Amino acid sequence: MSRKAWVQQIMGMPISIHLRGEDVESPMVAQVVEDVFELLREVDRLFSTYRDDSEVNRIRRGELDAEHADPLVQQVIALCQQAGELTKGAFTDQLPDDQGVLRFDPTGLVKGWAADRAANRLAELSGLSFLLNAGGDVVVGGTDGSGALWRVGIEDPRDRSRVAQVVELHHGGVATSGTAARGAHLYDPNAQTFVDRAGSITVIGPRLMWADVWATALFVGSKSLMLRFSEVADGYRVISQ
Amino acid sequence: MRRIVSTILSTISIMVLLFSYHTSSSSATISASPVVQQPLSSDPNPPSGSSKNGGTSTTKPGAAAKPSPAPAAIAYTGGVASTRWGPVQVRITVRGGKITRAQAVQYPQGNNRDGQINGYALPILDQAVVQKQSAAIDTISGATVTSDGYLQSLQSAIDQAHL
Repeated sequence: MSRKAWVQQIMGMPISIHLRGEDVESPMVAQVVEDVFELLREVDRLFSTYRDDSEVNRIRRGELDAEHADPLVQQVIALCQQAGELTKGAFTDQLPDDQGVLRFDPTGLVKGWAADRAANRLAELSGLSFLLNAGGDVVVGGTDGSGALWRVGIEDPRDRSRVAQVVELHHGGVATSGTAARGAHLYDPNAQTFVDRAGSITVIGPRLMWADVWATALFVGSKSLMLRFSEVADGYRVISQ
Repeated sequence: MRRIVSTILSTISIMVLLFSYHTSSSSATISASPVVQQPLSSDPNPPSGSSKNGGTSTTKPGAAAKPSPAPAAIAYTGGVASTRWGPVQVRITVRGGKITRAQAVQYPQGNNRDGQINGYALPILDQAVVQKQSAAIDTISGATVTSDGYLQSLQSAIDQAHL
């Protein structure tokens, strides 16, 4: 059983891909990994709020109507709306800009959505299992024949050099939301304020995008949102640190 | 076995109380949990292979490797523990000597605050029996790492080990 990792900095964060199996050194594998990184760079070109020419920034400036946007952008807009409804407004794609004006910003959903798309591509590699970590959100899948699980350490938000606990899985996503890495960057749309509290919320489930949406929503939302989560997020689990 | 189960049940009852506070003691209380190998799924019929939801699965020993017959699952219901919010009673499911599920069958429901407490505590209770381990890990899930902070991160060290 061999193992190999790749790392690139895309969307302002490290994205690492780990593969496990017999044939991790083959040119075909390297090509698929490069395709996946290119897919993620394409997502960045469309969605980055740091690129003046991204479609998201053109929508923010009023230069592009959502209905004329790239089909992928329209897909994300629809998913953001669905996420807002599922989380009773604790998830939003309308975030305050530097002047405090609410503007279209689907960043909170795009990362998980892009990672799930990347995972679909990696799952085409037969005989290999994969792990993709996009800035702290993790998706794993594939089958390498060993039955070995991927061991995902959940960072201790009070001491980021420590792992608070470990979850093991061979398919699915693990997303953690908290303020340990970047300060009070998580926005509570219902209270219209940025959340600044200790701790973190980790959600584990079949799709990383929904795990990430729920981790953010549960971190910024009211405690009663946990009841909603247990009702509607079938197959998803939560760990609170 | 009965004594072991009783000890585990009382530990879990204590965990209910500790998690109910939902304070910074959370990570400390996890280390007080029984050291058992746990499936992540509480589904009594865990999906095999490619499940319909792609599921988080299963640390069941030998799940894919050894096609031995699965041991029967046995449920144990603990005694009722009195807590400051009301009675708490926990049921665990044991399969092959390992806890596969912990659930509260009775818990305080007296007022709105209790609803909030239990909204947090009960899902966490079921999850919190995930094993705490310090052995090798494959990756880190945490609050978003930016490119700037990457070289100082644990994730960077793990990636370097396999590049």
